[in-house]
Amino acid sequence: MRSADYLIKRILFAIVTVFIAITLNFVLFRAVPGDAVDALRCRQCSPQFKEQVRQELGLDESRWEQYKLYVTDLLHGDLGTSLRSQKEVRGELIEPLKNTLPMIALGTLFAIVFGTITGVISAWRRDTVLDKTGLWTSLAFYSMPTQWLGLLMVLFVAGALGLPTSGIEDPTLGVLGDASTWDVMVDRLRHMILPALTLGLVLYGDYALITRSALLETLGEDYVLTARAKGLSNWAIVRKHGLRNALLPITTLIALSLGFIIGGSITIEYVFSYPGIGLETVEAIDQRDWPVLQAIFLLLTFSVILFNLVADLLYVKLDPRVVEA
Amino acid sequence: MTVPPTALDEQAAVADLAGLPARGRLGFLRSEVFRRPAMLVGLGILAFFVFLAIFGPWIEPYDPSTQSGAVYEPPSSAHWLGTDDAGADMLSLVIEGARVSMIVGFAAALVAMLIGGTVGLWSGFYGGKSDTVLMRITDYVLVIPDIPLMIIVAALFGRSLTNIILIIGIIYWTSTARLIRAQTKSVRERTYVKRARALGAGNQRLIGKHVLPQVMPLLIANTVITVAIAIFAETYITFLGLGDPELTSWGKLIENAFKGDAVLNDAWWAIVPPGVCVTLVILACTMVGMAMEDALNPRLRVGHLAVRRFRLRPLKGAVDSE
Repeated sequence: MRSADYLIKRILFAIVTVFIAITLNFVLFRAVPGDAVDALRCRQCSPQFKEQVRQELGLDESRWEQYKLYVTDLLHGDLGTSLRSQKEVRGELIEPLKNTLPMIALGTLFAIVFGTITGVISAWRRDTVLDKTGLWTSLAFYSMPTQWLGLLMVLFVAGALGLPTSGIEDPTLGVLGDASTWDVMVDRLRHMILPALTLGLVLYGDYALITRSALLETLGEDYVLTARAKGLSNWAIVRKHGLRNALLPITTLIALSLGFIIGGSITIEYVFSYPGIGLETVEAIDQRDWPVLQAIFLLLTFSVILFNLVADLLYVKLDPRVVEA
Repeated sequence: MTVPPTALDEQAAVADLAGLPARGRLGFLRSEVFRRPAMLVGLGILAFFVFLAIFGPWIEPYDPSTQSGAVYEPPSSAHWLGTDDAGADMLSLVIEGARVSMIVGFAAALVAMLIGGTVGLWSGFYGGKSDTVLMRITDYVLVIPDIPLMIIVAALFGRSLTNIILIIGIIYWTSTARLIRAQTKSVRERTYVKRARALGAGNQRLIGKHVLPQVMPLLIANTVITVAIAIFAETYITFLGLGDPELTSWGKLIENAFKGDAVLNDAWWAIVPPGVCVTLVILACTMVGMAMEDALNPRLRVGHLAVRRFRLRPLKGAVDSE
């Protein structure tokens, strides 16, 4: 029953973290000199309009009342109203989220597959040319600023591959006669490739390094020495003793990193004008659309907390000993 | 950070008994680390950019704030790296950018090191309730997504260099704190520290003479890696238009190139150089930090699996870091 205890503990931790995130979100946006409405930049922002927004946001009430109001609204799924479009933030974010998720899924999948393979080969062939090449490539991609890699893609790769570099669909598609669903799908995919590849390459470096060091760590264990004494081949040792044990840190670390990916792809979407959560963030920053920024911050925090929980659960599943500690 | 010779001798006398390298962790580092080519190359790159940051104004061929050529002029003998969208010399801009980027990197890492080091030492050394509370806080800070928080704080509190340094420093102290805590805990339990305590050494003396010298190399290694993270973070938030509008950093140059349609003008020279600088510095910091950690964590040195030159894991100097 100990593992049930452990799970409950982790879930409680996640719930408390959610509340801390909500509180932090509340406090941050109210700790600004002046109030959030002062900083608002938009065309229709007359003093009367600002006063009205203030009342709507409940900024004229006491802090505690505001906080209660904020939490109650959130629990009802009300994320507020966008200052730019005057529409519900929740509705405003659904479309970008739908665009972002497949793109980052594609990029992440690329990174996991190639990253782990590179890492395993590097660790298996430690200190050979193969390892050195893998290690330096991963380190290089790991060190590149995301947005810069994106710009390089636009400059040097897009032309060669004949891929579009901005937006999510070809505006001319469907102008001359109807485009079939298939055409639309292919068009979307083509727009997705470069941003996904950029994300994939940045993560690739990360995952390859994680895999390599996790595997090297397990290969230093005594049971590997025993396996070697038994006369097992290198590959058998890596596969049976190394990988099986390294799987634990590798999966957990990757699961942990997944939560941070949406936040990390903001500049990628900006570079490629890809209309997802990232581009939405950039526009919200630009026009100081606080309700939208607040909602995005919450969304991103929740994704981190969620994947943290996933990592915890994976850990228990893969190594029941954790619970004992 | 050097340990006074008397303290070293004192330490060496007991260290052998505790199965520690006789020269103390710093001496051990010095000999181990400088044998590693990656470390030397990394230090070389860092030294180069620190040199640029300090002596920039005397090296820059042109004044980076004024127009010295046509708009987006390709590289030539007059402008080695061409010009940007305002006709300013790219090479001068990149040299100028080194200063701001290096300041952000080192200052933010210093903030993170101070917070993380203090929290880690306190938590690991005193333990008990304060340990629980501090580690709880660390756990929570760890799950707050770094980039969105930086964006929001920068957007709310204004775009200035100090703000950026503080934000980055305040976000990235957690891993340092955890590492230092683990190391401090293990050092505290070593025989010679216990002996020193039994002989009447106070907490301050124990921390200053025994714990800190053992923890310091790890703290430095971690800080070097934080420098890389800080520089990366600076380019990230600057790209989103949240950098200090007055200053030229590498992040700012990448942003300028993007906003100034360098891509449409095929002006690769406005995009590539600042990014290469960032990549090199991050790479250098990572190399130095990793080489140091590698030297400190012998468990990673497993000999050559592929070449079958297997050797026993060295027991001396093993770090019981978690």
